[in-house]
Amino acid sequence: MKHPARVFSEVIKHLFKKPATSRYPFEKAYIFPNFRGRIVFDGEKCIGCQMCVRVCPSKAIEIPLSAEQPPSPAQVEGQPAVAARKKFDCIMKLDHCVYCGQCAEVCPKKALAMSQDFELASVNKADLRRHYK
Amino acid sequence: MSKITIPLGPQHPALKEPENFMLVLEGEQISGATVNLGYNHRGMEKAAEGRTYIQNLYLIERVCGICSHSHTTTYITNVEELAKAEIPQRALAIRTLFAELERVHSHLLWLGVAGYEMGFETLFMYTWRDREQVLDCLELLSGNRVHYSINTLGGVRRDISAEQKAEVLKRIKFLEERTQYYIKLATQEPTVLARTANVGKLPYDVAIERGAVGPTARASGVARDVRKDDPYLIYSQLDFNVITHNTNDVFGRLVVRALELLESYKIINQVLNNLPEGPVAVKIPMRIAPGEAVNHYEAPRGEDIHYLKSNGTDKPERLKVRAPTLANLQSVAYMLEGGWLADVPLVIAAIDPCMSCTDRAAVWNPKKGKTEVYSWEDMRKLGIEHYKRRGVDFGRL
Amino acid sequence: MDSILPLAYILIFPGFLFLAVYGLFLQWVDRKLCAVMQNRMGPPWFQGYADFIKLLAKEVIVPDASTHKTMFRVLPFFAMAAVMTAMILIPVGRTALCSFQGDMVVVIYLLTIPTVTFFLAGWSSASPYSTVGSMRVLTQLFAYEVPLMLSLIGPAILAGTWNLSEISAFYAANPAFIPAQLLGFLAALIALQGKLERMPFDIPHAKNEIVGGQFTEYSGRLLDFFLLAVDMELVVGAALVNAVFLGGSLGLAGWAGAAMFLGKTLFVTFLLALLKVLMARIRIEQMINFCWKYLAPVAMAQVAFDIFLKYKLG
Repeated sequence: MKHPARVFSEVIKHLFKKPATSRYPFEKAYIFPNFRGRIVFDGEKCIGCQMCVRVCPSKAIEIPLSAEQPPSPAQVEGQPAVAARKKFDCIMKLDHCVYCGQCAEVCPKKALAMSQDFELASVNKADLRRHYK
Repeated sequence: MSKITIPLGPQHPALKEPENFMLVLEGEQISGATVNLGYNHRGMEKAAEGRTYIQNLYLIERVCGICSHSHTTTYITNVEELAKAEIPQRALAIRTLFAELERVHSHLLWLGVAGYEMGFETLFMYTWRDREQVLDCLELLSGNRVHYSINTLGGVRRDISAEQKAEVLKRIKFLEERTQYYIKLATQEPTVLARTANVGKLPYDVAIERGAVGPTARASGVARDVRKDDPYLIYSQLDFNVITHNTNDVFGRLVVRALELLESYKIINQVLNNLPEGPVAVKIPMRIAPGEAVNHYEAPRGEDIHYLKSNGTDKPERLKVRAPTLANLQSVAYMLEGGWLADVPLVIAAIDPCMSCTDRAAVWNPKKGKTEVYSWEDMRKLGIEHYKRRGVDFGRL
Repeated sequence: MDSILPLAYILIFPGFLFLAVYGLFLQWVDRKLCAVMQNRMGPPWFQGYADFIKLLAKEVIVPDASTHKTMFRVLPFFAMAAVMTAMILIPVGRTALCSFQGDMVVVIYLLTIPTVTFFLAGWSSASPYSTVGSMRVLTQLFAYEVPLMLSLIGPAILAGTWNLSEISAFYAANPAFIPAQLLGFLAALIALQGKLERMPFDIPHAKNEIVGGQFTEYSGRLLDFFLLAVDMELVVGAALVNAVFLGGSLGLAGWAGAAMFLGKTLFVTFLLALLKVLMARIRIEQMINFCWKYLAPVAMAQVAFDIFLKYKLG
């Protein structure tokens, strides 16, 4: 049951079809909404528990204390002084990150989340070390 | 006729990953072949010992780009066995779904590679274009095309919604039609038949003797499939057939993979339409009780075996991976001998080699501080001396 | 003026410049058509020219282990010269630049020279891939050369002349004979595919098997001229098939003739591209089997049919 040039009809059909190639840099690629892209950080929510740092398989995250701490709230008469909630930064090394999303998953306060941003290539190494405040 | 020795690899257009095959040629025919491994060693098993169980998930996923789900599932089954965890049915079903989607993606990729190696670029382009559909399914469900990272200790990370299910079923239906077409194309096109029939013969007994696994073995008539022989995940509840073929050649391997694609579509439909309700994960403690576990899994390329030893901490003491390609490489030397030079790329491609899976063992000499290539005699001498020191004398054998 | 005109013919039209420009254009047409048929984008129109210019600027490396360095250096120019000479004998408009009785045999002979230079190129390189490649070049030559010649003989017998321009003129006078040559035309196309070493007969430089085949050790300018010679051979091959089977310019001269030439060579290129995408590369021994078992008898049948036509009707 040999059939020479079996692909002939398919090939001819494609002569009149548009190529399947996506014209990527000129046309935006479609990204599914739950795509695991660059990690985004919300400094307001972070409590500095360092869970993400411990769980990261590629040691891509650091959670240092912020250089500027919010001022302590004014002491109320008759009550002990309340320390200000400490503020934390996040340093993401995009070149280390494997975009597994484990950090976003373990974060108890949901301070870390995954975005759909995937165009992260850069020739400048400094760009790959994002410092979120 | 004078003999020439041709190196195929480590850098060669036919090989997607560095590996070396030395071929002794007599004209166009091969009179001898040696396989040299070790160009892709990345020290993964050692690296796994320095990471926690959860970090290892993402390391093990990168043992191989194509069977990323196979390796993590085998690894995680070991961990869960040691932790004596009860995994929810829904999680197991989702793992099965990913396993089959991965098989579809791997087999379609193989079909394209086979087309490319036999110089049939149209087949290559068409299959890889259609393979995008299954990659889209995977991205839709897990958030990434290749490293799905769907497994987590105690279950899976993401649930499947009704819309996602409908979308996947739609794409699988399309792929099923296309696969039917490719089966017709590959089994009726005379040039494909000319290139694959009676090429890379691996008779039944040799396949058994050399321990071939997966589609390579099944194309030699060995009905060996972990999914049926020792069902894991939810395979015991599913209805599917083990595909075998008895031509023992590259054509048989092509047919087996193509028909397995159809079986996979069947499984995907069954799993998606009967997803059990319930949670998708349970909690597992960070520290795993001491113990040992071995598990196997039918990866797209064959049987994948993982060994895990835990010591009560949050890091494994030892992890060993036996990837399917390592089992199949023993058969490659046999298949190459006596064949044509033109068939070498196709025969190598026919076991669907994944060198990065395979190369996790290397020989190096710490005493001299430099890399040395051991010959077979040296290796033998080394082994005899090693056992002599332990009081066993193999020298007389 | 009389001495400048032939020089212009040789250097500009239909000689070097036209062949180079049109050859690289046909290379693009071929690649683009294949791409579209495989549902891809394909290269932009200037890709061939850009590649040519870029390779010109690259360093030439002659391997130390090369057996004959002078030969290694001059071979690309031999290949190109032979193809260009052949073009002078093939009619572009109504007649060829230079035509005489028996020029068809000369063209066949000239078109064999590039193949021989490919063989020598592989042989004088040091790489084992080149050695295997050059052996395949020669083996393949013995397979497709006879069917190609046989299929070209048919029309010559029919027209009763060995002159390419006269064969074209014969078709112009009797266009009804063009469809009668269908079998020979197909045989010639397939053999031409072998001559141009294209899929499914790109066995000598099958990249999955022997890397670059006979050209493995070539680089820079030398490789560039070899590749240009291959592209020029595509034009000459298409023009030859056009002259022998499709009636050349069908008696039209001037612009109409030139348009006819371009249109028909493009058509032949389309058919060659179609052959390229339809099949898998076959093994060298399968190719020899195919050429001698099927292609040569088909060409022979065409010759017999032409003899029958000639003495029954003409």
